[in-house]
This record gives sequence, C-alpha cells and structure tokens, in this order.
Amino acid sequence: MPRNIYVKHRPAVIGAGITLFRRRMLETPKELAWIAAKQALDEAGLTLKDIDCVVIGSAPDTFDGVHMKGEYLADGAGGVGKPTMRVFVGGATGVMVPIAAWWHVASGHCRTVLAVAEEKMSSADIPHPQAVFRYIWDPVTEVPLQPNLIWIFAMEMHRYMYKCHASKEDIALVSVKNKRNALDHPAAQVAANITVEDVLKSEVLVWPVQLLDISPVSDGAAAFVVASEDVARRQTDTPVWIDGVGWALDTTSWTNRDLAFPEYANVAAQMAYRMAGITNPRREIDVAEVYDPFDYKELHHMEGLGLAKKCEAPILTREGVTQRDGDLPINPSGGLLGVGNPIAAAGVMKVAEIYWQLVGKAGKRQVKKPVYTGLAHAWGDLMQASTVVVMRV
Amino acid sequence: MMTRVAIIGVGWYGFRPMVEELSFREMMFEAAVRAYEDAGGINPRTDVDAFASCQEDFWEGIAIADEFAPEPIGGTLKPVYTTPGDGLQCVASAYMLIKTGQFDVIVAESHAKPSDIVNLHDVMLFAMDPITMRPLAIPNYHALAALEAQSYMARFNVPREALAYVVAKDKRNALRNERASYGANITVDDVLNAPYVASPLTKLDIAPYSDAAAVVVLASEDVARRYTDTPIWLDGIHWVTEDPALEFHEWSFPVHAMRAAEAAYKMAGIQDPAKEISFAEVDNRYSFKELQFIEALKLAPMGEAHKYMVEGMFDIDGLIPVNPSGGALGEGVPFEVHGLARLIDAVLQLRGEAGRMQVSKAEKAVVHSWRGVPTTTSVVAVLSR
Repeated sequence: MPRNIYVKHRPAVIGAGITLFRRRMLETPKELAWIAAKQALDEAGLTLKDIDCVVIGSAPDTFDGVHMKGEYLADGAGGVGKPTMRVFVGGATGVMVPIAAWWHVASGHCRTVLAVAEEKMSSADIPHPQAVFRYIWDPVTEVPLQPNLIWIFAMEMHRYMYKCHASKEDIALVSVKNKRNALDHPAAQVAANITVEDVLKSEVLVWPVQLLDISPVSDGAAAFVVASEDVARRQTDTPVWIDGVGWALDTTSWTNRDLAFPEYANVAAQMAYRMAGITNPRREIDVAEVYDPFDYKELHHMEGLGLAKKCEAPILTREGVTQRDGDLPINPSGGLLGVGNPIAAAGVMKVAEIYWQLVGKAGKRQVKKPVYTGLAHAWGDLMQASTVVVMRV
Repeated sequence: MMTRVAIIGVGWYGFRPMVEELSFREMMFEAAVRAYEDAGGINPRTDVDAFASCQEDFWEGIAIADEFAPEPIGGTLKPVYTTPGDGLQCVASAYMLIKTGQFDVIVAESHAKPSDIVNLHDVMLFAMDPITMRPLAIPNYHALAALEAQSYMARFNVPREALAYVVAKDKRNALRNERASYGANITVDDVLNAPYVASPLTKLDIAPYSDAAAVVVLASEDVARRYTDTPIWLDGIHWVTEDPALEFHEWSFPVHAMRAAEAAYKMAGIQDPAKEISFAEVDNRYSFKELQFIEALKLAPMGEAHKYMVEGMFDIDGLIPVNPSGGALGEGVPFEVHGLARLIDAVLQLRGEAGRMQVSKAEKAVVHSWRGVPTTTSVVAVLSR
C-alpha cells in the first residue's frame, strides 16, 4: 500500500447534508435521500447537472422492505441517468460510502460524486426491527437457535468488561457524554442531559446491556459531495481531503474471535493510516467519530483504531480526554447514542461531522482545540466489519 | 495511474438448474479456487489487495448477506466489500480500485442459488415501489417485460419471428457450451407455437434460472504480466442507471444500456463498434432484450437489429456473433452472477479457450449485463486480447 501521494485525482469532501434523525418519519426513503442530497449539493455550490457519479449506501434491504434498494433509491439519490453504485457492508456501510466515493474520484473515472446514505428502520417491524436481525445469522447452524442481536453484544460487552476491568459506570460515561454532545446537534433524536445513575437505572435488556447503553431505532438520511482536486479548489477554499481509506472484514464465525479486541477495526485503521502516512494515530488524529451503537463499542473501537492502548479507553474517558474540550475529542456530534442510528446514514453523519469540524462549521459542536486531521469509523455485519477514513484540511 | 487493467483469472462452479451437493459458500470456494489456479496460482491471503462481492440480501434469504463473503474466497481480515448489483458492477469497482494506483490485484465474486427460493414471485414484488407498484400485486412479474416487448415491437415494427429466431439461435449455440444447461435444437416454429406466459413472450422467450458461482481476478498491467502470458485487457467499463420508477422509465428502449455503452466505447477508443467489435456477450433474459441491447450497443442501427438477426449476422458464424455461449437463454440466469458469466465466456473466447463454441475472430469483445425487471441498470465492458 503506497502513500497516497501517488493518487493523481486527490478526492475532497466539499459539502454535506443531513435530515433529522427520527423514528417513523413521514417521508419515503426516496424523499429522505433527496433532502440530504440537496443540502450537500447546496453546500458544495453544485447542482445535479454537475454530478458525474452517484454512490448509494444503505444497510439491510429488510429494514425498508425493499428488494434491490439501490435501484429503488436511485432517483431519490439523484442517480437517474448516471453511473450509480451501491456499496454495502452491513452497519459499516456508512463509512464504506466515502471509501467508494474516494475510489470513484481517485481512479479518474468521475470528477464529482454525490454520496447518499438512507435508512428507514421503522418500516421493518413494530415495535422494533429486531425481527430483521433474525435473518442475519448462519441459516444452518445459528438461525434455529433464534438468537437475538443484543445477546451477542451483551457477550462482547461482558468480555470487554472482564478483560479490561471496566465497570458499568466507566461505560455509562460514554452514553452520558454522547447524549449531552448531541444536545447541540440540530438533527439529533435522543439528545439528553443524563447522569451515570440514569444509565444504570434504565431497563435491563440483556445484562449487562441496558436501555441507555444502546442507540435508538431511527429513520434518516445523510449525504456529501466528493470532488477531484481541480473541482474542489474551484468550489471552495476549504476542501477536506480524504487522505486515507481502509476497510476489513473478519471471519463470519464470530464465535471464533477475541471479543475483547476488534482486530478488524485495527486492520482497517492500519490500512487507512498507511495510506495517509500516519504513524502515531493517538498524536496525529485531532478529532474522531468512532462507531457507537452501544456505549462500550466506543471504548472498544478507540482501542481497535489505535486511539487508545488496549484497555486504556475507559481511563481516557474517565479523565475527560474524549470530551469536546478534551485532548482527543471523540464523537463531538453526539454519535449514534445521541444523534440516532439510521444505520448507513449514521455512518455518513459521522463523515459529515468530521468535515464540518475540519472546516470550522460545526457551530456549537465545534471542538475547542484547532483540528487538522480527523477520522470517521463505522462497524457492522456479524461484529466483523470496519471501515475507516482519514480526512485532512 | 495510466496502468491498464487486465483479467488474469476466471473460475466458476454450477450453472445448473439446481446445485444440490454444495452450499452457496462451498460453491464460492470452488469457483475461487479455480480462478486463483487460472490466475497462475495466486494465494488470496498474500497476493490479493481487495475483494468485491456482488449479491442481494433478498435473493440470499439472509439480511446482511455480505457477512458471508470473506471466508470462502480467502478474504478474511482483508478489505472485502459488497456491491448489491450485477457481478459486472463489481468488476467496474475493481477496475476503479486498480486505477487509483493503490491496488494491484482485486477479486470480483458473485454467487446465486435461485433453486433455494420457494417464493421468487413474492421476492420480486418487494423489488417494486411499495407505494405505487407493489399494491398492484402483478400476478406475474414477467408481464413487465412483456409490456416492454410490446412497446419495443410496436415502435420499431419488430416481427414476432425475430424474437423466436433469437431463442432458436441462442439455444442452439448453448449446445456447444459446457456451462449451459438449457441448450436445445429448436426451430423458430417451436418458439412460436409454445404457449404464452405473457404475450408476446412464450416460456421459451424467457431465460430460466440456474445456480452458479463465479470469481474473476483482475490485476494492474505490471502485476498481470507476472502471473499470466494471456492477460485479457479491460479497455473500458461503465454503468448507468435509468429512472427506477416504472411509471416514468422508457419502456420501448433501454437507454441505460446505450449510455453505458457510449462511455465504455469512448474509454476503449472505439469509434465504430459494428466494425471494431468481433463478438458480443449481452444480456438476453428475454429474447427481445437481445435485439434491444444489440442496438443499444450500436452493433446495429436503432430498430433494425431484427432485420440483421434473421439474416444470420449475429449467428455464431455470422459477421458479429452475439451470445455465442447462448447467453442467459442457454446458461440460465444465476441472478447477480449473470454479468460475470457473460464476462467469463468472453474471456475464454479472447484467449482462444472457448472449445466448441470458439468464434473464428476474437480480438475485441463487448460484454453487457442488465439486472432484469424492474431494474434499469446496465453495465458495459469492452475487452481485448
């Protein structure tokens, strides 16, 4: 993997957009996609006519109950008459979208890419799309056991707590921080001023996972525009370069993995760091949006991404390092725990947040220290996939 | 950056109405092993930079089916991603990855087991807009194709016999193809006399389904030459999606295929496809689609493919053989594998390894895929020896 200085068409993010994240929104998936896409185009100062290619991100088709959802979303995402491609790695799709947008531009195949992710989880089942997750398992060996997705996360959380001597209080701090950060996010669904006490008193779903440890069911869309260097320089004085991309899938057999450390996140991050020329991520990354559908996952992923040493993330969180005014702000947007989790759109929300942080447009969410290099990360499939982008101004 | 992209290995398994002996993961493994062997014995654990898998959740009966992609193709803990689209879209993304200059060897994979699906018609309803189309509960989704066929035939005065000629030609070609399960020695009259599924399409006009897995290995120019003496060059590839709303899309002509072809030809530096292309592998899920796509790919003027067709121009020994493999009518439709199947047939022709279906002149090929109703995406690739 050579350094990205060899990339001739250096791709940059030049605009982003986001809908409200809510449960049971009235808009159709196509409409949600267009609301976000239009905002991104406006911020980039472009119209659909200027867009060469479209990349669509969406997690399982079963949520929307639409087969071939990439085809279905094509008009809402602005892809009519254009090369339109959907990418998919389960929950990690949201950050696979900028990776795909990156290769569309870096290859020289397209100069401008409109990247759109949309998810409507509320259409899947009432009261909770958990039923969809009955179909994510190995159809022969696992489905007959009727597993529930939260069970395996409970196992992983338990394992992490045991291995790292992390307490429930340590982990709850993440939920408290992110939900409070989200108070400043105009699209947020479950922003709140809560305490560790509130988390520990919330309903137990599968011990040790409680209601406030977990992100909500959401509908929403997010989008951004990626352009090649010449277009980016023409449109803006502050392009945000995508300098490194990385992604990896671990084995499908989740039972064979070390649940305490996300190896797949590490492999993906190393790939992105190598491409971006980053040798010490803890020093060189100024702000990060790591995937936090559960509060322990933020800690897990910080360690996988090399932003903390193994088992160090709970300590950094306790010391306030990951706060918005800390030395390494993590999820200043409020993350999935605060803003909401329309799966693929949540990943794109993170990319958008890093873009807004780096160009200084994050408003009340703007982190205190000056930031030049940011990282967005998403995670998915059977706890096996990670996608990472490193962005710079 | 200016590196060319080559196809250095192909592998496949199945192409039968029902593969009973292997699971989809085992089929993927078999196809991958063959492709890696064909690519000069590469080791996926060390020699491949990224893996692309093309599949759709509903076909698999698994939500988040891409979870199962890494292991059977040797991609565990490596960059693997899924493109829910035809296999040729995976080839397009592999092409772009190599063109970035950051990747040297990419694997594109696709698999399908239609024989596992007990309620295919219901699955198809889920592919239609939940508000405008699904409530109509179209009793047979082939009716959408039949409407397109009616529209095309009315606009260009295409006789029913030309469609039947396509079926007879392709089924006959398929008899020479070792992968084809649906080869048959039938006549135009046999097709015309078969009962209608949805007028003007008879059962013989509609490609049946088959189970299959296919794996293709792509490499940058330098690396390709290290592994093989017969790289097949991917000179151009492009894909276009038309309006997905059935209410608004162009029923009489596949504009998506034409736009994709124009861009792919431009990339490949082809001015006059009808002169420069030696043969074509195009989508023919429905007989009339082959005629439409021949025109969209500019191998015949718009609305006139049927005339050249019945004159034998697109026969296996004609001026521009189209679907010498028999295409989907001969091999069956293994969902997203379909485009890779067309590609594999073209690669073998260009290498001169197509056996009894070998065409006499195989210098430059155009390969096309479409994803069936109700989709409006086409991918077009131009290959050369």
